[in-house]
Amino acid sequence: MAKTKMSVAGAALLAAGVIAGPAAAELVFPDLSYRTGPYAANGIPFSDGYQDYLTLLNERDGGIGGEMIEVIECETGYNTEKGVECYEATKGEGALIYQPLSTGITYQLIPKATADGIPMHTMGYGRTSAKNGEVFRWVFNYPANYWDGASHAINHILDVNDGDISGKTIALVYHNSAYGKEPIRTLEELAEKHGYELLLLPVDHPGQEQKSQWLQIRRAKPDNVIMWGWGVMNQVAIQEAVNIRYPMENFIGIWWSGSENDVLPAGDGADGYKALTFHNLGMDYPVYDDLKEYVVDAGMAAGAGDQLGTALYNRGMYAAMLAAEAARTAQEIHGTAQITPAMMRDGMEALEMTEEKMAGLGLPNFGPTFNVSCSNHGGDGLGAVAQWDAEAGSWSLITDYGPSDGSVLDPLISADSMAYAEENGITPGCE
Amino acid sequence: MLYREAGDFKTSYQADNQTFPIRFDRVGLRVVLVLALGVVPFFINDYWANAVALPFLIYAIAAIGLNILVGFCGQVSLGTGGFMAVGAYATYKLMTAFPEVSIIIHVLLAGGITAGVGVLFGLPSLRIKGFYLAVATLAAQFFLVWLFNRVPWFYNYSASGQISAPEREVLGYAVTGPNAEAWVTYLFCLLFLIFAAVVARNLTRGTMGRSWMGIRDMDIAAEIIGVNPLSAKLSAFAVSSFFIGIAGALFFAVYLGAVEVGEAFGINKSFLVLFMIIIGGLGRIGGSLMGAAFLVLLPVLLKNVLVGSLGWPTDLAAHLEFMIVGALIVTFLVAEPHGLAQLWRVAKEKLRLWPFPH
Repeated sequence: MAKTKMSVAGAALLAAGVIAGPAAAELVFPDLSYRTGPYAANGIPFSDGYQDYLTLLNERDGGIGGEMIEVIECETGYNTEKGVECYEATKGEGALIYQPLSTGITYQLIPKATADGIPMHTMGYGRTSAKNGEVFRWVFNYPANYWDGASHAINHILDVNDGDISGKTIALVYHNSAYGKEPIRTLEELAEKHGYELLLLPVDHPGQEQKSQWLQIRRAKPDNVIMWGWGVMNQVAIQEAVNIRYPMENFIGIWWSGSENDVLPAGDGADGYKALTFHNLGMDYPVYDDLKEYVVDAGMAAGAGDQLGTALYNRGMYAAMLAAEAARTAQEIHGTAQITPAMMRDGMEALEMTEEKMAGLGLPNFGPTFNVSCSNHGGDGLGAVAQWDAEAGSWSLITDYGPSDGSVLDPLISADSMAYAEENGITPGCE
Repeated sequence: MLYREAGDFKTSYQADNQTFPIRFDRVGLRVVLVLALGVVPFFINDYWANAVALPFLIYAIAAIGLNILVGFCGQVSLGTGGFMAVGAYATYKLMTAFPEVSIIIHVLLAGGITAGVGVLFGLPSLRIKGFYLAVATLAAQFFLVWLFNRVPWFYNYSASGQISAPEREVLGYAVTGPNAEAWVTYLFCLLFLIFAAVVARNLTRGTMGRSWMGIRDMDIAAEIIGVNPLSAKLSAFAVSSFFIGIAGALFFAVYLGAVEVGEAFGINKSFLVLFMIIIGGLGRIGGSLMGAAFLVLLPVLLKNVLVGSLGWPTDLAAHLEFMIVGALIVTFLVAEPHGLAQLWRVAKEKLRLWPFPH
């Protein structure tokens, strides 16, 4: 009884809160962000970059193709239950695309978004086999995915060692979740091919406790350490590596373990730490002039407005740029400015990122060029290695964008996606 | 005036012992059941089901389960998250191994398996009590999460270690999977909650419940008057784990659809459910429902008011939410240490006398 009275009162209040009414004639981009909790240090810059770029489009160009953009932010705290709540709360508002920035939430949303017909873009995270667009019709992970990342890391180690790493030991320090487990299959296959020994060291959420893992590293003395970390785990791992005097140039993080917030706490000790990336770094781009003029100086920057030019801010901006370009492509294909999620999907599938296009957007040479097609939702999987310079306090690319090892990855992707298709009764195909 | 015993004559022993002795309550309960079963399903949408109704119903089942153990039998447990994980992984294995069997049977079997695991981890309760037992169940929590992370057989060797629920139907309507309609999942969980509440209520006022309460109030005295501590404690662990297992199964299969054991069933789950029964009221079935409602609905409500209506930044709202919920918990417990259920009981006492309190 009390329960019902309370929930009735709650229901009335909730209804007042929920029914805001979908905004008419706007392009809705939900931003499932996390500005609280152990992953906030990484969630904030990404979300700031994502929102600022879309604000820039609104302020400078009047939106995309004349349609204003509405960003609905929803705090997930990197928690899947809240992520589901955010998804349900925003999907009714006409959401065009979901970018949850969490592999756990991605796994949760893949079936839901597919059933609801809303595309997802999991840029450099999420389910790797979503690259196979014939199975995952609504999910995209261009320009690169985790298995590409694992292969890039091994390729870089091969380069450094003149192409021979047989008999070496490589440790993988990973977040003990779907996210951290993603690269294991690939690294095992690559270990067979190149003859190195793989040492697996899981770190439990949230990752503040890593003494035993680094003690193991200190004892086993692996030639290289690869890290799949996120949030506070990154900072702790880099600090622990400094504490045991692990040579930083042999320590390579995935692109999610390569932000300023991760290396700064370790100070000078972090000098030489390497991280992968699939886009360029720094703020030496014309788009930053516009961002300053239209967004920051106008006082419209998201969050505290102090993240400009950081690695993850750039990545958030890159994600927003790719989404905006996909929306523009969709508008061209369908000849209407007011696109639906289904049209958005077509735009994403026909997306072509060329050098001219990026230069025209004020981001010359910012990311690799790639084309998306129905059979390939993952782009070309190019990646580069960046190195941290503690004195200058900046990242710099030390390699060119290189390809991943397709001969190993393609069969894995095809096997994993086909298994998913079979489990879920999907007939692969492009319609 | 309306809320009183006068004129409501009980002519049999059974009538005298009913759960709701006042006619107003009985009518109210029927109205609520008719509304919940007959009206809500026609209006519920995806948001209401997935963000509000399902978490409330499922946590309520878990809270009823834990309340049997902690509230009625006095055995403090911090293993709820781990036992929910057992329910979830048991359903997953059953669903994938026997796809032709009904999901209802899978959920009940998952409850049964969890009951078995619960009895196993309940064995130390025969020798240790209180805080020490809490630590022993904490071990269950960590061990079970570690087990499901460590042994690939439990997640069918999937690359990511995630388990995801395939689509299963009841009477031709999808209950699990992305195509399940909001009203189907809502009704499915609601029926399990009603089942849990009815069974728990009737167990706790019978022989079994009285022996649990005897153990809770003073185990040596209970033993002297003939309560067997072995069967009382282990049956409490079994029944409690059965409900928690059902809650875990529904949490995974119906509500989330895909889970990762460390995140979904971590120590935080154990604390959350424990807080629910403490805030709701230990040893009260209704308290479990109120506690679950309080801790599930309040954050969603606050978020919608602060972000949706007032337009505040999401991070500020998230921080404020912690502060407000925390402050409310403290306030409630200071005002009424016996929980929301006791507040409700006091309110009912007042209502009986109203409007002539003297």
